[in-house]
Amino acid sequence: MSTLSLTGVSRWYGNVVAVNDISMALGPGVTGLLGPNGAGKTTLLHMMAGFLAPSRGTVTLDDEPTWRNPDVYRRLGLVSEREAVQGFLTAYEFVLASAKLHRLTDPAAAARRAIDLVELESAQDRRIGTYSKGMRQRARVAAALVHDPQVLLLDEPFNGMDPRQRLHMMQLLHTLGDAGRTILFSSHILEEVEQVSGTVQVMVAGRLAASGDFRTIRRLMTNRPHVFAIRSTDDRALAVALIAEPSVSGVELDPTGLTVRAGDYGAFTRALPRIALKQGIRVRQLVPSDESLESVFSYLVEA
Amino acid sequence: MSTITWITARGLFGRRRFLLLLPLPLVLLGLAVLCRSLGVDPGEWGPPVLVGLGLAVVLPVVALIIGTGVLGAEIDDGTVVHILTKPLPRWQIVLPKLAVAAGVTAVTVAVPLYVAGVLADSVRLGLALAASATLGALAYSALFLALSLVTRRPVLLGLVYVLIWEGLLGNFVSGTKVLSIQQYVIALADRLAPTGLLETTVSVPVASVMTALVSIGFTVLAIDRLRSFSVAGETS
Repeated sequence: MSTLSLTGVSRWYGNVVAVNDISMALGPGVTGLLGPNGAGKTTLLHMMAGFLAPSRGTVTLDDEPTWRNPDVYRRLGLVSEREAVQGFLTAYEFVLASAKLHRLTDPAAAARRAIDLVELESAQDRRIGTYSKGMRQRARVAAALVHDPQVLLLDEPFNGMDPRQRLHMMQLLHTLGDAGRTILFSSHILEEVEQVSGTVQVMVAGRLAASGDFRTIRRLMTNRPHVFAIRSTDDRALAVALIAEPSVSGVELDPTGLTVRAGDYGAFTRALPRIALKQGIRVRQLVPSDESLESVFSYLVEA
Repeated sequence: MSTITWITARGLFGRRRFLLLLPLPLVLLGLAVLCRSLGVDPGEWGPPVLVGLGLAVVLPVVALIIGTGVLGAEIDDGTVVHILTKPLPRWQIVLPKLAVAAGVTAVTVAVPLYVAGVLADSVRLGLALAASATLGALAYSALFLALSLVTRRPVLLGLVYVLIWEGLLGNFVSGTKVLSIQQYVIALADRLAPTGLLETTVSVPVASVMTALVSIGFTVLAIDRLRSFSVAGETS
């Protein structure tokens, strides 16, 4: 179990502030680092991985600084965004070289295990130069996982992957996170973060805009309406009853069901069963339709 | 062979840039053979071919191509991150790379210089040129390897050093010769095989000490710079 801690971390390039006073502690599990392009995600990841000195603040892995400290790489793996690999090597040679550089006791076994983990066995003896983007990405992940690090940082790991590879990578990250590894991956695509991770760190313009479970974050923004899609045995009667409820700010009736806007998430979700029961209406479906990260994110950017 | 050495060597020979190394030594060899076979007096062709071409151009340019390539190419294409994310003390990365650079440079340059030295004067001159060129290869490699960590334009800066500082200023401002690897190599070769063909103003002790200082100093600088190696973010 390792903890990656950032305390008041800022990084600037001349007059441009790329990362602005960020503090966070990352423990076991999968965390998504979310933000639009140019938000400073890569800069932050590079500081976490010891590839950039913070202009201010500290980045530590289990109380050891990551900057100018190659020893942290015993416990930390990095998959950077640039898909640079030595194209003249085969995937097996590439991962094996990593294992050897880590001074593992049985580099060949470690390399095979890592290649199995990313499902690259069938292509492991081909030169990486001949790989597709997604395969190259998996080769890089295998190299970063070869020493079974406690902490794995991935910069835009799903870029260039097809849906099947994406799914597989998500499962892999879940497995690692469930096994007690600290996994942080960055992404500007909301669905990716939503599917892999319940915990997000949202960065906007170099600042940490929000952090925590993204559904919780959404709930905290009570000044914004929450939208629910409801289907029931009698939509019209339910609409009449709901509009009398103080927590409901709007109801829309259409052939597929009801769209309800609620100002107070908690009050509405407590009121709905009570109302339905009283009216003798059976609720068939209740979907929070804007619970996606996309909407959380656009609120944060607007705010 | 260490993994770093292996990757570096494969990276070096696997790149097309490596082919750039071949023409210069071949020209040196060809000119020496041509002059000898035409019966030109070694006193006439020796200095321009051995020093003017061999030590002043072939050695530093070959060292520049290789020295800036062993680490610089990996920095350019980003693959250096794979080596840097390992729990290795940075000297264990710099030294193997320096060894590859100096070794390949030495072999590429010393062989034609040896042949040219033999053709110009004697086996002794050939050996002296080869030995001093090997020391020169080490000093140049250390310098250019460090340059590839200090600046983003190591080739340009290296060319400025070789062509302007050593080549041009050395002819007009004699003081610059004290800071010229080329002059150290000439002084050492002349000490090992005194002939009338090599001329220098730098004394042998100065040349020896400075060669060692340059080699060690720039190696230490490279190790330190690699320790603080920063990956440029998208914002920069």
